[in-house]
Amino acid sequence: MDGFTALYIFMLAAFTGYEVISRVPVILHTPLMSGSNFVHGVVLIGAMAALGHADPDDPVQLLIGFLAVFLGAANAAGGYVVTERMLGMFKTREGKEGGAK
Amino acid sequence: MTSNWFINASYFGVALVFILGLKAMSSPVTARKGIIWAGFAMIAATVVTFFLPNLHNIGLMVLAIVLGGGLAWWSGKVVKMTDMPQMVAIYNGMGGGAAAGIAAVELVRGVQHSAMVSTLLVLGAIIGSVAFSGSCVAFAKLQGLMNKAIRLPYQNNVNFFLTLITFGIGLTIGYADSPGGFEIFLFFALALALGVVLVLPIGGADMPVVISLLNAFTGLAVGFKGFVLGNPALIVAGIVVGASGTLLTQLMAKAMNRPIKNIIFAPLTGEAAESGAEVEGTMREASALDAAALMRYGQKVIIVPGYGMAVAGAQHKVWEMAQLLEEGGVEVAFAIHPVAGRMPGHMNVLLAEAGVPYDKIFDLEEINADFAQADVALVIGANDVVNPVARTDKSSPIYGMPILNADLAQNVIVVKRGKGAGYSGIENALFYKENCRMLYGSAQSAISEVITHVKALEA
Repeated sequence: MDGFTALYIFMLAAFTGYEVISRVPVILHTPLMSGSNFVHGVVLIGAMAALGHADPDDPVQLLIGFLAVFLGAANAAGGYVVTERMLGMFKTREGKEGGAK
Repeated sequence: MTSNWFINASYFGVALVFILGLKAMSSPVTARKGIIWAGFAMIAATVVTFFLPNLHNIGLMVLAIVLGGGLAWWSGKVVKMTDMPQMVAIYNGMGGGAAAGIAAVELVRGVQHSAMVSTLLVLGAIIGSVAFSGSCVAFAKLQGLMNKAIRLPYQNNVNFFLTLITFGIGLTIGYADSPGGFEIFLFFALALALGVVLVLPIGGADMPVVISLLNAFTGLAVGFKGFVLGNPALIVAGIVVGASGTLLTQLMAKAMNRPIKNIIFAPLTGEAAESGAEVEGTMREASALDAAALMRYGQKVIIVPGYGMAVAGAQHKVWEMAQLLEEGGVEVAFAIHPVAGRMPGHMNVLLAEAGVPYDKIFDLEEINADFAQADVALVIGANDVVNPVARTDKSSPIYGMPILNADLAQNVIVVKRGKGAGYSGIENALFYKENCRMLYGSAQSAISEVITHVKALEA
């Protein structure tokens, strides 16, 4: 990728991130932190690419690649479950009876 | 890297949905939808990645995904709501570890990159490693495996030189044609050590800010890996999280009145905590009946829940009591300090779990003026967030922190397990005030007793 194109992407993404959450109420801080934690779980696809291009005859590369995919998958799956559970609890007055234990 | 049009188009869609999902997550009405959209995008991204050209080791890849994803899915399902912050910490650390792992594979393979990409590779490796080991320490602290804040001698110098050396070695191997295995190993060992050293001296009370900061770190590391792998979806998702995480960290730090640099470089230590002025007076005890009568015959009751209530699992009981009082015509409100619980918003989640509706929950700015009109402020398992020395005593380490003005209510009842100081180790002047009564016992049993008495008063 062209260096300057990358820089433009970086700049725009940074502003987007800042804008997207700039008016978030305090009650959503924790779920949002957890949600953004889930989003960077997309590192999984990078780890898959790294493992997929590792030399199948080099155990060191395979081991590190395996760990990277393992950790990335855990980040994504765990981040999703935890965020979903937290947000599932946000109910308004009408729905309060549904509050799970 | 990927010439395949379909894969690129999918990644573009995924990045777009992630941003829209995060946007949706910043409003209570759409938050649930946001995470579900993002979840579908993640699945799509993972499936599409299998179609990358020249991919090897597919079997190993599937095994890693099933194991890692399965374990995390299961642990996320069974974890208690009160333990949520440390789970977020550990999942975040894993993401950082994955980013560092990508860098390690690239380095071991000896792929040649331009100077800029090499620099980003090394930076991402350091940040990812720090996020990984730092999050592990944060997890251990919140889980109660490691209670003491450990401060090395010359902490700030150690941090500084360790960063410098790690960075130096990193750049050496980053620019080398084929870096040696030992140098790579040493580099990652140092980077991991840096994460441990950075987080060790930080006390549990500051941990939420640290987790949020490490979350932003991981985002940044992931973004840098996107540059290295030539994957714009990683860049966009990573940098968006890096930026929003940084903002979120600032918001939290502001809510706690603890500038980020103070948390990292001058952690709240025991000595500082002891420097606060001695508190005069004695604590007076109240019975559950006193508490029940005060609240039942009052007009307005404000409940201030804290972490103590959450660990006792008493939020359901507290809500039951609040409903009883409301039936009797008493106005009940919940006042949430921005850092009640262990993370901003954590207490809201816990109350929501118990079924307390939104419109009963107020944050600091909304409710602070109302305390003066309240007949009773019921403080349950909260301590530092209602300590009036934050307003009055300049020598106190928490001076200037915004607090809930519970002490201004007609009567204050504090439900507390014992006479100890709060999480920060600071004596609470509120407990010694004229209008304050202590109701000793675990939140669960104390509130149950109050409920019994309220019911008896009804009859």
